[in-house]
Amino acid sequence: MTENAPATMYRTDEGTGPWEHRGKVAAVGVGHSPTARRWDGRAETCVGAISLIALRRAIEDAGVDPAEIDGLVMDPVTTTGAYWPKGKPVPEEVTSAFNSTDNPLDGIAGLSAEWILKNMPELTGIDFTMYGPGCMSNAICVAAQAVGDGLANTCLVLKSWHNYEGRYYQGGANAGSDLPGTAALHALWGTPACYGTALQFAEYCRKYGKNHDMMAPFIENSRQNGLKFPEGYWASHRPEEITPEDYKAARWIAKPANLFDNDLPIMVSAAYLYTTAERARDMRQKPVYILNHAASNTRPRSLTPTLDEVEADTARTARKIYEGAGITAADLSFENMYDGFAQFHQFHIEGLGYRGMKFGEALDFYQTDISIHGPNPILPSGGNIGCGRSRFWMHTDCIQQIQQRAGERQVTGVKPEVAVSGGPMPLGGRFTVWSATPD
Amino acid sequence: MPKQGVVPDDLTRPFWEAANEHRLVIQSCVACKHLQHPPAPVCRVCGSDTVEWKEMSGRGTIYNYGVVHDCPIRLLQEDQPFNVAVVMLAEDPGIQMYSHLPGTPVDEVPVGAEVEVTFEATANGQMVPEWRVVGSSGEGGEPA
Ligand SMILES: [Zn+2]
Repeated sequence: MTENAPATMYRTDEGTGPWEHRGKVAAVGVGHSPTARRWDGRAETCVGAISLIALRRAIEDAGVDPAEIDGLVMDPVTTTGAYWPKGKPVPEEVTSAFNSTDNPLDGIAGLSAEWILKNMPELTGIDFTMYGPGCMSNAICVAAQAVGDGLANTCLVLKSWHNYEGRYYQGGANAGSDLPGTAALHALWGTPACYGTALQFAEYCRKYGKNHDMMAPFIENSRQNGLKFPEGYWASHRPEEITPEDYKAARWIAKPANLFDNDLPIMVSAAYLYTTAERARDMRQKPVYILNHAASNTRPRSLTPTLDEVEADTARTARKIYEGAGITAADLSFENMYDGFAQFHQFHIEGLGYRGMKFGEALDFYQTDISIHGPNPILPSGGNIGCGRSRFWMHTDCIQQIQQRAGERQVTGVKPEVAVSGGPMPLGGRFTVWSATPD
Repeated sequence: MPKQGVVPDDLTRPFWEAANEHRLVIQSCVACKHLQHPPAPVCRVCGSDTVEWKEMSGRGTIYNYGVVHDCPIRLLQEDQPFNVAVVMLAEDPGIQMYSHLPGTPVDEVPVGAEVEVTFEATANGQMVPEWRVVGSSGEGGEPA
């Protein structure tokens, strides 16, 4: 059985100096599945099937013999809010299309490493599997550390998402008549997922004299960048821009968070291939070196993080990111911090001090040229707002930008040399520093 | 607004039993006096497993709020939009509690205003602490 990565694989402490494997691990392959709004019930589109597509594309992209791959790091959980209805039969035509595990919903409503290995017979050399649960942001930290530590030499990293019919988050306990006592302390008041971030944003606006409309250029830019991401949901299915007028007119979800401050749940899978810097040299793609990974384990004191807690933690996270990578904010060619929800992106980049930014300044910065063609790109991936809910576009984009193969999305106002990506939330996030060179 | 019922679990039973007696209690560390909410098996500051429940004055201040227009809980959807405020307790502003602020009009939440605790019944009769702006004359609290 595959286990969760031990806490020691994440770099959560300040003051530990440069990462011991700085520049010695590299990303060399990227593979994405097609996207879909929801699962259509067919075997070839289930979350297991799209994961196989992403993995095989990453292997192909790197130009590696599958038999040489010895590691697999992934997240076994493939949703945060789309639940398989209680008592609904598992479709036989889907399970019979694959080699199954003990869990009949494996590959449909979740994904184990065992399911992947049973269905990718070409992976004959895997002797290391580990879970980095939560997001791709977690899994790639675990993979980087695993390759650095020598637990694996050539390691696949995978994150997949399923989505079903029906409203996200509205099944499970939320549809029931009562709640267990501990959950009730949070959940009785009916707050949507974006509520906590909306609260922080409200406090931010009061403290710094900003307003919701000032987010419009960020949202517009994110969708524009996302429409240049051919792997993304919006680019492939609904090439719709979000104008400032669209944004300002959108309905509220939890005011001050509206529809476009939220992202769209989709089906998607992405895989990367990580290896040692040494091994990366003779692979098909230009290696993108990992200078550091960093993590926050901070929890709020009470029910929901205050702005003070968020700002203290993003500043702490930035110190960890820079210290371990041996860089400063001035070294960042661009930033690709997480955006689902849009209203915490500014916390991430203010903490980083991106382009000298201080707390309270990001929304003013959004009113300047933040495009991929200017000197100060903001979220060139387009993130979840631009591409749909995956929590990984920013990582793929960092790799592709630094490899100079981001296509229409390629940054032109800066030389793509060093970048940072990560998330999800400011508190509890996981972050990676990417570089064109190992030093 | 009819909230979902509550089935107390071991960790939170003292909180819910006190609510049924119209008392607000918060977990407190015997060793270091730290208050914590949500409760935990041990003190999150000093790690002591000797924690007790302390009765609060039931006074607080509105720290922040949002207005929920698209609620994931079916039972509350017919009452959209509604306020959800965050109250800071008078004893320790680091301790937060959510509130629908019965009696306060939607999106007219006075941030910084004083509030006092009230108790209302959830769908299964379990009482839950709610909060009302001090001096507000609106309806709310325990349904008639
Ligand atoms: Zn203590």
